[in-house]
Amino acid sequence: MRTILEGSLAVAEAVRLCRPNLVCAYPITPQTHIVEELSRMVADGRLDAGYVLAESEFGAASIVLGGSAVGGRSYTATSSQGLLLMVEVIFNIAGLRLPVVMTCANRAVSAPINIWNDQQDAVSIRDSGWIQLFVEDNQEAVDTHIQAFRIAEELMIPVMVCMDGYVLTHTWEPVDMPEQEEVDRFLPPYDPAYKLDPDDPFTMGEMVGPDAYMETRYHVHMDMMEARAVIRRVCEEYRGVFGRGGTGLIDAYGVDDAEVVLVSMGSLLGTMRAAVDELREEEGLNVGLVKVRCFRPFPKDAIHDAIKDFQTVGVIEKDISLGLEGTLCSEMRAAFCGEDSPEISSFIMGLGGRDITVEEIKQVARDLAQNPACRVEFRGLREDLLNGDEG
Amino acid sequence: MDKFSVYSARLVEKAEYFACGHRACQGCAEALAVRLVMKALGRNTIVAMATGCMEIVSSPLPTTAWEVPWIHVAFENASAVISGCESGMKAMMRKGKLPPKKINFVAMGGDGATADIGMGQLSGALERGHDFVYVCYDNEAYMNTGIQRSSSTPWGASTTTSPAGKISKGQYTQKKDLPKIAIAHNIPYVATACPSFPFDLMEKVEKAAAIQGPAYLHILSVCPTGWRIPTEEAIKYGRLAVNSCVFPLYEYEYGRYRLTYRPTPILPVREYIEGQGRFRHLTPEDIDAIQKRTMAEYDKLVKLSEEG
Repeated sequence: MRTILEGSLAVAEAVRLCRPNLVCAYPITPQTHIVEELSRMVADGRLDAGYVLAESEFGAASIVLGGSAVGGRSYTATSSQGLLLMVEVIFNIAGLRLPVVMTCANRAVSAPINIWNDQQDAVSIRDSGWIQLFVEDNQEAVDTHIQAFRIAEELMIPVMVCMDGYVLTHTWEPVDMPEQEEVDRFLPPYDPAYKLDPDDPFTMGEMVGPDAYMETRYHVHMDMMEARAVIRRVCEEYRGVFGRGGTGLIDAYGVDDAEVVLVSMGSLLGTMRAAVDELREEEGLNVGLVKVRCFRPFPKDAIHDAIKDFQTVGVIEKDISLGLEGTLCSEMRAAFCGEDSPEISSFIMGLGGRDITVEEIKQVARDLAQNPACRVEFRGLREDLLNGDEG
Repeated sequence: MDKFSVYSARLVEKAEYFACGHRACQGCAEALAVRLVMKALGRNTIVAMATGCMEIVSSPLPTTAWEVPWIHVAFENASAVISGCESGMKAMMRKGKLPPKKINFVAMGGDGATADIGMGQLSGALERGHDFVYVCYDNEAYMNTGIQRSSSTPWGASTTTSPAGKISKGQYTQKKDLPKIAIAHNIPYVATACPSFPFDLMEKVEKAAAIQGPAYLHILSVCPTGWRIPTEEAIKYGRLAVNSCVFPLYEYEYGRYRLTYRPTPILPVREYIEGQGRFRHLTPEDIDAIQKRTMAEYDKLVKLSEEG
């Protein structure tokens, strides 16, 4: 049913349709509207789930871990500092192979404290063993959450759905909400191969020494590699049921004849689509886009194949590995290990909620067309603050 | 104490849910406490255990000492993990996804996991009112990492991070009163116990498990390694701790205090302290100070117990 919903409310509704057994979260801006809506659903009897209000994000992550360990479909949501507070448990959820699904409402990390959007939070925990899917709009957020439970439970790997804070969470958009019967058809009840059950005792989280630890990591890694095919397949099956539904690992837009290819993750893609359309129509500059939906596991081959025939690539991202460059950019370069690579430049933009305009993206494309040389640049900095001039 | 002392040890559950073959030190009274707790809980139990001695000794892959479902995640979150287990399972029972059944949800941790790093999570779980039992095995320091002080280490104890020295008496703070903190959460049941008094301990475990809502058990677990005593004397030192009133056995049930054991005669704390290597630097004056404080605390408990 097509309806106008705020991003957070749409996500809460999608989660409800997935019939979770345990929901637990701790409020943090800009994730709060999601848990507030889930609270209302529980209060009105629209959602029948264990519903726990944790004393911290660390507690929330631990609680959904426990709910998943007893075989319950478990969901949480957080953002920024909350995600960082969860980190120890985040690694444990992945290491214990528990298919928790989490929404990360992407936000900058402290210090300085800043509640606005960038993607430093999720990118900073890329090595934890969670699948990380970035969504472009609220429809994709809804579709991706429903897919996330399928992917997680099939692979026994947790999934984090990353949606830009405010830009998506607090924006009202038309969303096509699936019907309960359709979701039930797509997402069967969770029936884990192992769980904590007094009738069949199981030791979970044992100590593993140097004799076997590496193999456990190897297994997670190999299953993460395998996950790429599963994410693609689940996306296709979803499209079969709902007639839409995300873009698998990556999506390309207007790359056939492009002189310059721009790459990014999340809601910025919408702005970028407008920018490349205008450049084509008004300036005759052919710019293509690659959207990275799946950041972990990293879709190395798909990205390689999407950009290998181009000379000039610019990665615009709202995160930075301080002392190097944007993280997505580094990883795209790694996709060309040992081969001739396009010139792949890193553009750091929009940190801490700074607006990224259509014009700024157009300027990145124009500059790359003029000078394709590989480089790292911040865009949109205020000169007055850089020079210590506060006037 | 009442029930078991009338009958006999033959009534105790024969089955072991914390099996032999684990790697605890010789004379570990904490391993004994875990064994007794598990006997009292029985098989319909799920245990979430904090990182610590008991976790390390009981679960080295590919072996396990656990005959019940058991999970270890991290040092500080056993009470949150068991909260999730309890809430998830109860929701699934309510929704008809699991058959309804009485399951004991139990979180366990040492004094470091409970008094220090996991305090916030324990408080959260007690406040939320989950139907679970938290068992703190208090051996009065971080024994797993090599005898470092915790906030449950008693005044005057020498540990590797509170060593006695030329200008130091060792631990300079008083032991944090965890049962009192648990009581402050208005939960239905709190008790202290010691495996040197096994029937008292098991009776309290049964009570804690049967009561609806959160229950907290604080078990003094003598650690020969960390306390610097002979390994065959762990039971003796547990008795001395209780009989000198350093560690009184009491319970708090729906607002009422009750001493479950009153030592007669009360032994001087000197008898408890003087054989322990961790206290050997203390002077007679220091021991006098401990004696005074011990009796002052015990008298308060006697009063509360008499008020009922």
